[in-house]
Amino acid sequence: MDNSRSNSFLRSREGVLTVAALAVLLAAPLVAQAAGQTYFISLASRVAILALAGVGLNLALGTGGMISFGHAAFFGLGGYVAGAMVFHAQEGGRFLGLLEGTQQALVSWPLALGIAGIAALFIGVISLRTSGVYFIMITLAFAQMFYYLGLSFPTYGGEDGMTLYERSTLGGLSVSGDLPFFFVCFGALLLALLLCSRLISSRFGAALMTARQNETRLATVGINPFPVRLTGFVISAMITALAGVLLVEQNGFASPSLLSWHRSGEIMIFVILGGVGRLIGPVLGAAVFILLETVIGGYTDRWQLVLGLVLLGIVLFARGGLVGLLAGRARHD
Amino acid sequence: MTDLLVLNGLQKHFGALRATDDVSLSVRPGTLHALIGPNGAGKSTLIGQIAGTITPDRGTITFRGEDVTPLTLPQRARKGLGRTFQISSLIPEFSALRNVMLAVQARQGSSFRFWGRVMADRSLTGPAQACLERVGLADRARVPVSDLSHGERRQLELAVALALEPVLLLLDEPMAGLGPEESRKMTDLLHTLKRETAMLLVEHDMDAVFSLADEVSVLVYGRVIANGPVAEIRTSAAVREAYLGEDA
Repeated sequence: MDNSRSNSFLRSREGVLTVAALAVLLAAPLVAQAAGQTYFISLASRVAILALAGVGLNLALGTGGMISFGHAAFFGLGGYVAGAMVFHAQEGGRFLGLLEGTQQALVSWPLALGIAGIAALFIGVISLRTSGVYFIMITLAFAQMFYYLGLSFPTYGGEDGMTLYERSTLGGLSVSGDLPFFFVCFGALLLALLLCSRLISSRFGAALMTARQNETRLATVGINPFPVRLTGFVISAMITALAGVLLVEQNGFASPSLLSWHRSGEIMIFVILGGVGRLIGPVLGAAVFILLETVIGGYTDRWQLVLGLVLLGIVLFARGGLVGLLAGRARHD
Repeated sequence: MTDLLVLNGLQKHFGALRATDDVSLSVRPGTLHALIGPNGAGKSTLIGQIAGTITPDRGTITFRGEDVTPLTLPQRARKGLGRTFQISSLIPEFSALRNVMLAVQARQGSSFRFWGRVMADRSLTGPAQACLERVGLADRARVPVSDLSHGERRQLELAVALALEPVLLLLDEPMAGLGPEESRKMTDLLHTLKRETAMLLVEHDMDAVFSLADEVSVLVYGRVIANGPVAEIRTSAAVREAYLGEDA
């Protein structure tokens, strides 16, 4: 029965779209490599990274109905922690006066996710006591606090940010090349998608989706909605934090812009553009975002005007986002 | 034998309105206790206070010998208080089966499992399907709630409550909006369920109340004006005047 379930997903239109989107994303850098256009490899990595950030937010927003306008906090925090570990490995000193730096990703990345998770727990415990527009505002407020913390942290360059001269190594593997690094990003995205797809069809997912649709119903059957939401929020934040880690590793640069509210908005755009609550939605959303930025941005700095129009069109005429447009309404058992 | 549910001096005000005015009543185990009264008598407010969605201003609620007044809605549900809503409160995107499965999973106390697929879990689908069968919805298991008729949603409400295997079931107008045929089926269903669980039934359908109830309390303007076995209430002059007279 288990297998027939997953097979039926793969045979559905949404399943085909999911596989096709991932195949294109995987093929693009390979083609670019063969054609000698290595710039497109790092572009594909960026799509995978931003998609990953969206997959994280989609769990909170789409599955759990928690409209977080503060996911930049987790994105930036993950990036800053991973960056700081590399920074200390290069420049000496200790992270928060405690930990020596390291360029071993197997140490610094989990540390970054852990710290982002703790921050999400703290922010979630307070924010999830509110709902609706108050939740949006309080998550934004927390993210702004982290933004100003980043601005005023002289060790890590304050406003100017910090430059990292080398990427971390993953175990014994070097990921300094564009293609190996793309595979790491793509692998992280695949893992996050797998995790989310299992989560959604699990007992926890049933509770989380009910928390979004009918909180009273959840409480009436004896499940307290608060810990369910909080757990979903923390997992969501940690996935987005991993994206922040990867972006800093890719760019070799961390600055407060990672934490800015524009970033929170961007991540939300990936989700809305692609389709709220749809597994592959943020991947399509991030891809369209990067495409517009690259293609239209090549002609004019005002490319976001076009993005705005596309977003407007999607919101007005295709509530289910791109996935809704291409694969129809969401199916549930 | 001690009473299953005891309300003692319960009060709830909304501004100047006394929705619940010093209500005391008790439900004995194995009985169906009906709560009747004209519109606006405060029946739903009372059910809300028993279930835990509304906090009383004063008074206590004792369930199975324990003071549950300070407990939250989910805590009371886990103690065995099940309820259905006057206006169906279901999970719109889920199928009928999955609506019931959530209750089964809640009863098992296992909502923090992240990997296994619920649809492949026989310990969820089995009991859920059985509950749907009992309310006559077995062949509608895979239909999303949004495609169910009003009557089917009322049946599903009951199936979800049954899946919790409640010790006391609070039924807030289960016949609301049902046609005569559907009402009769619901009454028959409640007759069979009476053998398993005690119930507190709020209902306007007097035929149903008088055929189902063991005891009846009459609520008017937030006060209990009469309380007793069905036969007594039926013939009480005060009740006729205050309530039945208006309808008849």
